[in-house]
Amino acid sequence: MNLRIDRLGGLRGALEKLGGYLLFSGRLLLATPVALLRPGLVVAQIYNAGALSLALIMFCGLFVGMVLGLQGADLLQRFGAEEALGPAAALGLLKQLGPVMAALLFAGRAGTALTSEIGLMAATDQLSAMEMMAVDPVRRVCVPRFAGALLALPLLTAIFITIGLYGAQLVGVQLLGIDTGQFWSQMRSAVELDDVAEGVVKSLFFALACASIAVFEGFHAQPTAEGVGRATTRTVVNSSIAVLLLNYVLTAFYLS
Amino acid sequence: MSLPSSPTATPSAADPGGAGVPVAAAPQDAIVSIAGLTYRVGRRTVFDGLDLSFRRGQITAVMGPSGTGKTTLLKLITGQVRPDKGQILVEGQDLGQLSRSGLYAMRRRMGMLFQNGALLTDLSVFENVAFPLREHTDLPERLIRHVVLTKLHAVGLRGAAWLMPGELSGGMARRVALARAIVMDPALLIYDEPFVGLDPISLGVVLRLIRQMNDALGITSIVVSHDVQEISAIADCSYLLSGGRVVASGRPEELRSSQNEIVRQFMNGMADGPVPFHFPAPDYASQLLARDPSARIDGSESTP
Amino acid sequence: MRQTRSIELATGFFAALGFAALFFMVTQITNRNLAFGDGGFRLEADFDNVGSLKEGAPVSMSGVSIGRVESVRYDQQTYKAHVVLRIQPQYNRIPEDSDAAIFTAGLLGGQYIGLQAGGADTYLKEGGHIAMTQSAVVLEELISKFLFSFADKEAQQKTTAPETATSNP
Repeated sequence: MNLRIDRLGGLRGALEKLGGYLLFSGRLLLATPVALLRPGLVVAQIYNAGALSLALIMFCGLFVGMVLGLQGADLLQRFGAEEALGPAAALGLLKQLGPVMAALLFAGRAGTALTSEIGLMAATDQLSAMEMMAVDPVRRVCVPRFAGALLALPLLTAIFITIGLYGAQLVGVQLLGIDTGQFWSQMRSAVELDDVAEGVVKSLFFALACASIAVFEGFHAQPTAEGVGRATTRTVVNSSIAVLLLNYVLTAFYLS
Repeated sequence: MSLPSSPTATPSAADPGGAGVPVAAAPQDAIVSIAGLTYRVGRRTVFDGLDLSFRRGQITAVMGPSGTGKTTLLKLITGQVRPDKGQILVEGQDLGQLSRSGLYAMRRRMGMLFQNGALLTDLSVFENVAFPLREHTDLPERLIRHVVLTKLHAVGLRGAAWLMPGELSGGMARRVALARAIVMDPALLIYDEPFVGLDPISLGVVLRLIRQMNDALGITSIVVSHDVQEISAIADCSYLLSGGRVVASGRPEELRSSQNEIVRQFMNGMADGPVPFHFPAPDYASQLLARDPSARIDGSESTP
Repeated sequence: MRQTRSIELATGFFAALGFAALFFMVTQITNRNLAFGDGGFRLEADFDNVGSLKEGAPVSMSGVSIGRVESVRYDQQTYKAHVVLRIQPQYNRIPEDSDAAIFTAGLLGGQYIGLQAGGADTYLKEGGHIAMTQSAVVLEELISKFLFSFADKEAQQKTTAPETATSNP
């Protein structure tokens, strides 16, 4: 009997949290255009979310591209279609690996930083202090961070894809002797602008998910050291789940 | 929202007894008046029919043991949380009736000093003090600089303007927070435990500043504290809260000479009294002699 | 203040890099080629059929890549496909009577242009025209040829050995 009530309570709690999250995200999204009127605040957050993740994204992008080149070339050579490496790498990076990997890395690097920063501000009464100075902490703290992350991830994704292609080309051309021109011309003839658009749209959705989850978890973290730690973990877990889930939905949508 | 998590004092312990009934200040003289305030967190009643008023131009101390909801009271006065019942009037306006923007307009007339200063860690001392000005006004940079340096000078930290909050000691951080709290020239200044964790010198400085700000700027001060000696030295009037009620009020000397047991226990810092030394536990002897090995032995509260 | 300046610089660098990558994705990965020609000289050639030859495809001599296809368009005057090749500057000794053919790399690979050196003593210069061209082999034609010949053979087999076909149902 008790167990059933607990379960119902858990379900109710989960629904409440989901609802709270959705309302909060809506609020962030609505306030974002206003936040852009104070570009200084957003620029600082693009720096935090984007510029500080740049090295990580470039490093990982290069190696993801290189492994794609290696594995792709091995597979394609079995069918005597090494020239298809260009399109294979480009489509793989544009549609799946680029947006997904960049978003997951972003959640781990920038998302956690956002959550712990906002959580610590709450834990040290900084948010209450703003509230007391008649400054809405959602607008002053959360929205610029949300907007910064929202703008940063698509750019990071583009950098990830470009570097990844360079990595794939490096392995394919330098190590496996595939023709550079074939690599690029095949890629160019196979890849349409729509494919690029798909990658950009995906990364926008992922940015929306990662940014809103990170800010939400930080803002609603229990204002203690332990609570902030737990919220940071939740950010990574929830962002990863959201990204992979959204990726499936978006892929299915684009294939239909 | 953090609430003190110590055990609730049972309402029966809060019997007002022979202590003075709250002084009913004339309404026009009160900057904040609270009537019939009830506030609950979950099943726990923090305040039950609380009546309080704070007189303009005075330093009023709110004292009480940990867990009596002193911080919650501040949150109620500043409209950060809403009461379940009752009315809170600040400068004649009912907080319950105010819209969000009305509340924000009201808060511009208040300054609040948090326990640890609550400075914004990513801004310098100067920018922290300038923060309310930048958010609420369109003053030219020169004027902002002038105002901020004046306020920092008032707390003796003009020289620290370009330090980051992480480089300040606890006492300095609180003084910067004080400068920030008065930068918009508020009518009401609220201090939440301003003396906690300060060395004697910083404590003396903060005490002096509270008195100075109050008298020189004509500000009304509400100081929440459980440091009886310190606060008694500067307060014009004190309230002692316990169990969600006002158990005593009056001038510090009056409280000290009170015959009410809880007032005496609190003012003199006695270990046992109406607020019991022992956390509720089963009988000591029977627990020690219990045969059942699964019986929980907490043992943290052993008599000397 | 100096700290703010460096944050702005890093952010600007990041944004520039990001937009450059976006631009790269739109222009270089897709077939919307905006920037390719740099250095070298151009040659022209007209083909009856270029098949699926695309801009950026390699131009090779004896299997070595010496340039790229710069543009492919249909010429209404000649009713042929007009192809512009960009050859790297060091390969400036291409005989004037060389011929160009369109080949397919591998079974499924893309198409490229192969130049076969002629015997002339004069060399092609900027804007030179390659007179002799050989069109792309269109896979569909190849398959249909193959199928027809296969069908012919089968028809012959059927007429010569009818019993074996009926004895195995």
